[in-house]
Amino acid sequence: MSIAAEQLPAPRRFDLSARAVAAARHHLLTLFAILALVYLLLPIAVVVAFSFNDPVGRFNFTWGSFTLDNWANPFGFPDLRGAVVLSLEIAALSSIAATILGTLIALALVRYHFRGRGATNLLIFLPMASPEIVMGSSLLTLFLNYSIPLGFATILIAHIMFNISYVVVTVRARLAGHDRHLEEAAMDLFATPWATFYRVTLPLIAPGVLAAGLLAFALSVDDFVITYLVSGSDQTFPLFVWGAARVAVPPQINVIGTMVFAAALVLMFLNIAFQWRRSPKGAA
Amino acid sequence: MAVEERSETGRVTRGREVADIRLERVTKRFDDVVAVDDVSLAIERGSFFALLGPSGCGKTTTLRMIGGFEEPTGGAIFLGDADVTGLPPYKRDVNTVFQSYALFPHLSIFENVAFGLRRRGQRGDPLKRRVEEMLELVALPGLGKRKPGQLSGGQQQRVALARALVNSPQVLLLDEPLGALDLKLRKQMQLELKRIQNDVGITFVHVTHDQEEAMTMADQIAVMNAGRIEQLGSPDELYERPRTAFVASFLGASNLLRGRAAGEGVVRLEDGTEVRVPAAALAGRTGPVAVGIRPEKIRLAAGESNMLEGVIAERSYIGVSTQYIAQTGTGSITVYAQNTDHGPSGLAAGDRVTLSWSPESTFVVDALEEERR
Ligand SMILES: Nc1ncnc2c1ncn2[C@@H]1O[C@H](COP(=O)(O)OP(=O)(O)O)[C@@H](O)[C@H]1O
Ligand SMILES: [Mg+2]
Repeated sequence: MSIAAEQLPAPRRFDLSARAVAAARHHLLTLFAILALVYLLLPIAVVVAFSFNDPVGRFNFTWGSFTLDNWANPFGFPDLRGAVVLSLEIAALSSIAATILGTLIALALVRYHFRGRGATNLLIFLPMASPEIVMGSSLLTLFLNYSIPLGFATILIAHIMFNISYVVVTVRARLAGHDRHLEEAAMDLFATPWATFYRVTLPLIAPGVLAAGLLAFALSVDDFVITYLVSGSDQTFPLFVWGAARVAVPPQINVIGTMVFAAALVLMFLNIAFQWRRSPKGAA
Repeated sequence: MAVEERSETGRVTRGREVADIRLERVTKRFDDVVAVDDVSLAIERGSFFALLGPSGCGKTTTLRMIGGFEEPTGGAIFLGDADVTGLPPYKRDVNTVFQSYALFPHLSIFENVAFGLRRRGQRGDPLKRRVEEMLELVALPGLGKRKPGQLSGGQQQRVALARALVNSPQVLLLDEPLGALDLKLRKQMQLELKRIQNDVGITFVHVTHDQEEAMTMADQIAVMNAGRIEQLGSPDELYERPRTAFVASFLGASNLLRGRAAGEGVVRLEDGTEVRVPAAALAGRTGPVAVGIRPEKIRLAAGESNMLEGVIAERSYIGVSTQYIAQTGTGSITVYAQNTDHGPSGLAAGDRVTLSWSPESTFVVDALEEERR
């Protein structure tokens, strides 16, 4: 009894110090997390802040004074409007085309066994795996060999091509999570293949298709290397920024960048709100 | 409404033995696997038919060919008088309850059940009434607004059943529909399925690997093994007069003793004992055969015309019965003795015993060396 009583405090002290270490570890982790976030977010904060800058000179690198002029006049720089419009056009068209084609490819790859399925599965990864500079220069060679004039059409073709891979991968993941028998059940209940597709398959993969479309849009707006090689004299927004940076960096670039960032944030919050609205019902 | 009409015709035609489903020499090959091997069978209208067999014997494949999800490699499938081989599922008057239920997760229970009716152009009040009627039949009234994910396994199973039955198909296919349920619920659903089949009078084809389930529910059972049908018959036919060693051991326990046919209704065992069997059981067989006796048909005393001497090797008390294993000249024999009297019986391990059974309780199967694949 007495031995046991003497030994009791020791483990408790040990327990306390262990808890202190655990607490320190816990806070250390929080600290690291905050540092990592700052590291990620600081550049964005600078971009946003400098969109309100009235720079001294042509380069928006040092803080002059606060102004709203850039926001009142976001396209107040020669050729900027055309570049943004071209980027949006290419992004819209290429993401729509890639989403349709990629979804169909994903359906074929998951649902059907056909000759060359294994090869297709492998080839679809290539555009994601190979360096952009290789993709871009190969496409350029191809276009030149067939004397296709560089411009809108070639940019669009290139963007559709690299977007398809991402769409296939996204939609395929969504398809693989579903019971293969759902489509058989629909056909068993007198749905023709077409009715099966739009009543069962499409509603089930819709979230994946939407995500794939948005991803494709973002990748297209963002792309520089491939676009640079196949664009001829046309300029998308990233090409414009790069070209302008040699002679001037106008604050309007920051304004457009902030707008894109804000649009992405709004979409993200809409998505969260939508899921949050659905889940309480789902859990009931 | 339609259900009642069909149950009427079901009962009327049952007497005439109209085949609702006919398989003629159906074979299905997957690459080098022969899943279904030259199967022919006819399923009577309005009957509860079970396809019974171990895992991988081709039950699901057979069912899927009837449903139209797989094309036979050879042979033909008839629904009623119509050859449906090559018809897609949506053109067959057949509905399926899938093993995984396959309820549409994005649709409410009501819309799940209404799916088939809508595809056939039914709308408005008649549709609503029909769906609700069906949800009542499967004891799920008032759950129409929920999503499948909000129901228990047993409830999902009932929805899957309602979704198929609501279309009043000519034939209902069920692929191990109770496999995912726990034992108690399974027993309850067995009785309920049987009741519903009686009510609607539709031909049910039920796939299962559970012999007890098949015996409880089915009017006719086809025992499958390695892609072939070993034997087709009523539960008591299969149990009392199995024709192969596989059927004898798959449905309940049995003692199989090697021997040779020795004339009209007589088999000579390896130790020389002559066993009398029904003449029909031997069915013109000659040479090596095996004699089968169910353990509960053997008495631990003389008195019947077939007899063997032995020594009790093991005895285990199971409550309702006591199980003995006796060593005899032709191998060990299992006997189940009903504990009808108070207290344990007097036999213990080491005791000498005479086993006897009647010729009517004896069946004959092909010799054991030739055990099927
Ligand atoms: N789609 C398929 N591709 C290849 N082999 C298959 C396929 N479906 C079934 N099989 C094979 O056919 C045999 C019978 O399968 P199945 O009909 O599912 O058996 P059961 O339902 O009796 O368990 C098995 O050997 C299985 O591996
Ligand atoms: Mg199966």
